[in-house]
Amino acid sequence: MNLIFDLARGMLSRRRRQTLVSVMGVALGVAFFIAIASLMRGFQTYFIEQVIDVQPHIIVKDETRRPLPQAVEIAHPDGAVALSGVKPTERVRGIRASAEKMAILEAIPGVFSSPILTGQALLRYGSRDVSVSITGIEPARYRRVSNLEKDLIQGRMEDLRSTANGLIIGIGLAQKLGVVLGDTIIAVSPKGVSLQMKIVGIFRTGLATLDNQAGYTLLKVNQILQDRPNVVNQILLKLDDVTGAEALARQIEARFGDRSESWEEQNRNVLTVFVIQNAIMYSVTGAILLVAAFGIYNIISTVVFEKTRDIAILKSLGFTEGDIQWLFLLQGMIAGLLGAVLGCVLGQIMIEGLAQIRFNTETPAGNDRFLLAHDWRIFAVASFFALLSASIAAVVPARRAARLDPVQTIRGAA
Amino acid sequence: MSNPALALLEAQHITRRLPEGVTLVQDASLKVERGEFIAITGPSGSGKSSLLYLLGLLDRPTEGRVLLEGRDTASLSATELASLRLKHLGFVFQFHFLLPEFSTLDNVLIPIRRLGRLKDAAARAQAMKLLEALGMAEAAAKLPEQLSGGMRQRAAIARALANDPAIILADEPTGNLDTRNAAAVFDIFARLANEEGRAILVVTHDAELAKRANRRVHLVDGRIVSDTRVAGSENPPAPANPPALPQS
Repeated sequence: MNLIFDLARGMLSRRRRQTLVSVMGVALGVAFFIAIASLMRGFQTYFIEQVIDVQPHIIVKDETRRPLPQAVEIAHPDGAVALSGVKPTERVRGIRASAEKMAILEAIPGVFSSPILTGQALLRYGSRDVSVSITGIEPARYRRVSNLEKDLIQGRMEDLRSTANGLIIGIGLAQKLGVVLGDTIIAVSPKGVSLQMKIVGIFRTGLATLDNQAGYTLLKVNQILQDRPNVVNQILLKLDDVTGAEALARQIEARFGDRSESWEEQNRNVLTVFVIQNAIMYSVTGAILLVAAFGIYNIISTVVFEKTRDIAILKSLGFTEGDIQWLFLLQGMIAGLLGAVLGCVLGQIMIEGLAQIRFNTETPAGNDRFLLAHDWRIFAVASFFALLSASIAAVVPARRAARLDPVQTIRGAA
Repeated sequence: MSNPALALLEAQHITRRLPEGVTLVQDASLKVERGEFIAITGPSGSGKSSLLYLLGLLDRPTEGRVLLEGRDTASLSATELASLRLKHLGFVFQFHFLLPEFSTLDNVLIPIRRLGRLKDAAARAQAMKLLEALGMAEAAAKLPEQLSGGMRQRAAIARALANDPAIILADEPTGNLDTRNAAAVFDIFARLANEEGRAILVVTHDAELAKRANRRVHLVDGRIVSDTRVAGSENPPAPANPPALPQS
């Protein structure tokens, strides 16, 4: 109601300084929430984007989640069968019928797949030995599921095809070995196969594990090196719609039996940390808003205390208890709203300020500044909670005001 | 519309006892007619104000009942009582109780706006008319703190009259005023009763002023000990257009 709003505004304007203090309390809570949320969200979003960008969305592996069932268990699915001392059967590891599986996967719209064979090898250059993880790839397919091509700082992916036994290695590895583009080194696999390989590319991802320990060669070459002809031990998938990764991984696993991990599963530990981070953030800002709410409670209580005569006269004039309660609740909400607006402005200023800070470090992705999310929803959530806490804080004194007995007040004044 | 057979305001054997056992008003009965100017007198603590608050529906009697134009108010909710006060009753207290943040005009506008029957312009016109009638036109834009005591009380009277109530209840309205201003306030009340046909109930301890009323109710220890109509004004002139209570 317009009249009640005017009355509320009039009463608040009389206590300008105190109102300002409680408004500032709310504003600071809102501003800190916005700044912290923007920082955290910015980093988390960046991280997830990196993960989605760099990693395959689904990895199909040549293993099963549970050991393969034994014959006796298949024969007596409901029987009380206990087996002990079962040793894994000798079988060629790798994804069976990988070509057929890939054909099925590729038939799904928005899905790209790439078969790889990973294995260990020792790179030897002169007197230096470095143990590395070699991934055998098909460049044409691998290009679609990975950023390797983008990360190359020297050489080209096509050179893998045009050069016999071509090898792409990380910058850290190259420095460790002391090799440059075009050098020839010797790779020795655990199976004892030894190949002369030529460095045709050097990449830098910013991730030390990759830069120092990874090498890429043709799938065929790695199959020879690892002595595992025609074997593929992982299929990497990239999806147009990353949100469907987990569901698709479950489908693939149900159909093929091969363990399939979505990017969410691969990064579950980090994503869990995010949840905890967010919980901490919400508790801290919740505490700030709680303090702000006490400020609101304080000013509304003071106004109610000072305005007992006005409350009495308004009641004698015919204002209902509901009118009076609304009158003071509205004052709390006005203070909350002012705080929210001011807080949003302050929050934006804080974000701008944080964005100016530069760090003197070289972080993986070459970032030297805070990653800040610019999301209106953060502002909306902060404002909403500010308004909510202000309203809740004002309810108690507003109800007390509504229940004041005008007769007692007027008697006391006379 | 209004039924002349029914008393405008009637108290039937009302008693008000505080929970602690103190009796403020004891078995009081009173009929108030239109155009009556009633002075409620009595020593301090005799229950004058308490009786006024009971008649003004600000307080509820422990026993007995208060009827507004024949309608029993005992069963009404607090909200319904508030609505009756808003439409039919106007209060003036010893302190003006004007809201300090608002101009005189805005203070008078508060009950009008709360009732919400008049549009903005009409409401302002109504408030200005009331202020003019009380010689307060120039003070309309002033804050209460800028007014003299007498003017504040006149502004409070204007506010009490805002929704054209049939009954004005005043509790020591001249308690803080000098003799001249007190007399002026009583003049206004007399005019409101005689010319506009409103019922005026004034609690006062000033015997001289009480003489100007046309009926005097005297209380001692919460009981009405005398209820006298003043000679010569026993039958106040019937107003041409008595303010009517809508049948709500």
